[in-house]
Amino acid sequence: MSGGLRSTGVVAHAPSRLVRGLILGVVGLVFVVPVLAMVEFTLRRGLVGGYDLHRWTELFQGGLTGEYKPVLVALGNSVGLALGTVAIMLLLLVPTMLLVHIRFPRLRRTLEIICILPISIPAIVLVVGLAPVFSVVARLVGSGVWTLALAYGITVLPFAYRAIQANLDGVDVRTLSEAARTLGAGWGSVLLRVLVPNLRRGILAGAFIAVAVVLGEFTIASLLNRVNLQTALVVVSKDDPYTAVILSLIALLVAFALLMAIGRLGAPRRTRTRRAVTASSPQTATPNPTGDRP
Amino acid sequence: MSSRFRVPAAAFGLLPFAVYVLLFLGLPTLIAVGTGFVGNDGAFTLDTVAALTDPVVLAAFGSSIGLSALTAVIGAIVGALVCYALLGAPPEGPLRSTIDSLSSVLAQFGGVMLAFAFIATIGIQGMVTVLLRDTFGVDIYADGVWLYELPGLVLPYVYFQVPLMVITFMPALVSLKTTWAEANATLGGSSRSYWLRIALPVLAPSFLGSLLLLFANAFSSYATAAALTSQGSQIVPLQIRSALTSETMLGRENLAGALALGMILVMTVVMAGYSLLQSRAARWQR
Repeated sequence: MSGGLRSTGVVAHAPSRLVRGLILGVVGLVFVVPVLAMVEFTLRRGLVGGYDLHRWTELFQGGLTGEYKPVLVALGNSVGLALGTVAIMLLLLVPTMLLVHIRFPRLRRTLEIICILPISIPAIVLVVGLAPVFSVVARLVGSGVWTLALAYGITVLPFAYRAIQANLDGVDVRTLSEAARTLGAGWGSVLLRVLVPNLRRGILAGAFIAVAVVLGEFTIASLLNRVNLQTALVVVSKDDPYTAVILSLIALLVAFALLMAIGRLGAPRRTRTRRAVTASSPQTATPNPTGDRP
Repeated sequence: MSSRFRVPAAAFGLLPFAVYVLLFLGLPTLIAVGTGFVGNDGAFTLDTVAALTDPVVLAAFGSSIGLSALTAVIGAIVGALVCYALLGAPPEGPLRSTIDSLSSVLAQFGGVMLAFAFIATIGIQGMVTVLLRDTFGVDIYADGVWLYELPGLVLPYVYFQVPLMVITFMPALVSLKTTWAEANATLGGSSRSYWLRIALPVLAPSFLGSLLLLFANAFSSYATAAALTSQGSQIVPLQIRSALTSETMLGRENLAGALALGMILVMTVVMAGYSLLQSRAARWQR
């Protein structure tokens, strides 16, 4: 990752404008068709033929308060779960990553393997084992929908880890924390006032991806019989496919806007970080290989 | 070695995360695999694991592997082409950032909505189906409706495989050093020799690694298939669903465990290959 950052620039043997346009045009067209088909589907006037906006206007004119209220409740659940998942990420993952980075560089590989592991364990397999675990959880703290966040924290682990680690590689955390300690800061203020602001971009990117993953999650919620946005969409689609598709389009748009926002928040900072990396690379070069390569 | 002795105090800070991961990742995985070895009476048995050799189960594994391999290859090739097309675009420019964000959304937000999208596109009354039928006289369902069966999963799967390829392969392509191209040019090499002799050999491990990741992604995918096909269980994740939710046959949870074990075995092989290729690829990305 850090290698990729350093070597970005003008790339030799890039395709010509024509070739680029051709590839992106064809692939883009194929990818746009299903989305267009969804839009077309929601505008159909039924048996009469022709198109209008009535389904969209109905939905927005208080449609969500009546028969579609379950979707709103489900959306609330999903947003709550997303916040819970981000909280797990901030309270458990970030401090652990920093602790390992600063105090236990030998454990970095182990932590990385653990964090990447959920990619290789399909959610459907995890559910098989989670069901008994959750029946115990339900007995201890109740079966509220929020408990699902405990499972989602695991599924977003690889994505959150990658985002934060990429940022962590570019910041000289060790020197920063030692400098702050020398100047008399306690570990609490080192963490909150020095490290977290420097890792803002990575943490933010991790949080946004976590939100996107949780909003799109279906497998675990569906098989543990909990209601979230996706399971509710399936229920709605059974008696009103049009509304389900409209809601999907909106969700898709919101998620896209969310991820574009990461790019925006990251972009101006990225240039500054890169300059900092190049300036401090002589120092960072020494601790990195020892921690990185056992 | 001296750092070993400073460990205990700060090591307590690692406990909360360790406990969390053990309870919600380690334990479930162990249970999932373990139930495959437990019979209805709760005693150890290999009968359920033997159920993996059942022709229906084997067929499901075959379809799952075939579907994953096919969509991984298509996704990897198309995705690599998109990455190649993006080479000249400035990394922080609007084109790259739009495609990056789009890829992240499409790769992770698929599932249920993807099923809706393809029903609207190539469903019986889908936009493309109707267009082909009414304008070009081509009936894609002349031999029966295949969207809700195994072949119907190919297109939706490709739809999330290509973006994943863009996300995972782009860093490798970007890390090709300009100096290599310059060296090639200085020695009188052409663009062709640069790609053939330098770029492609260097990229090969990354490409194969991403291909394996795509395979794993399709193999573990559940939501799209679950939302698209309500009847039958042609692929392994759907078989796990029917084993988990079946109320007619008692003790089927153990079959779910055995199926989970089978999936983990396939995933272990794939991910071992992936990490091997990753470490090969990493040599060039320093």
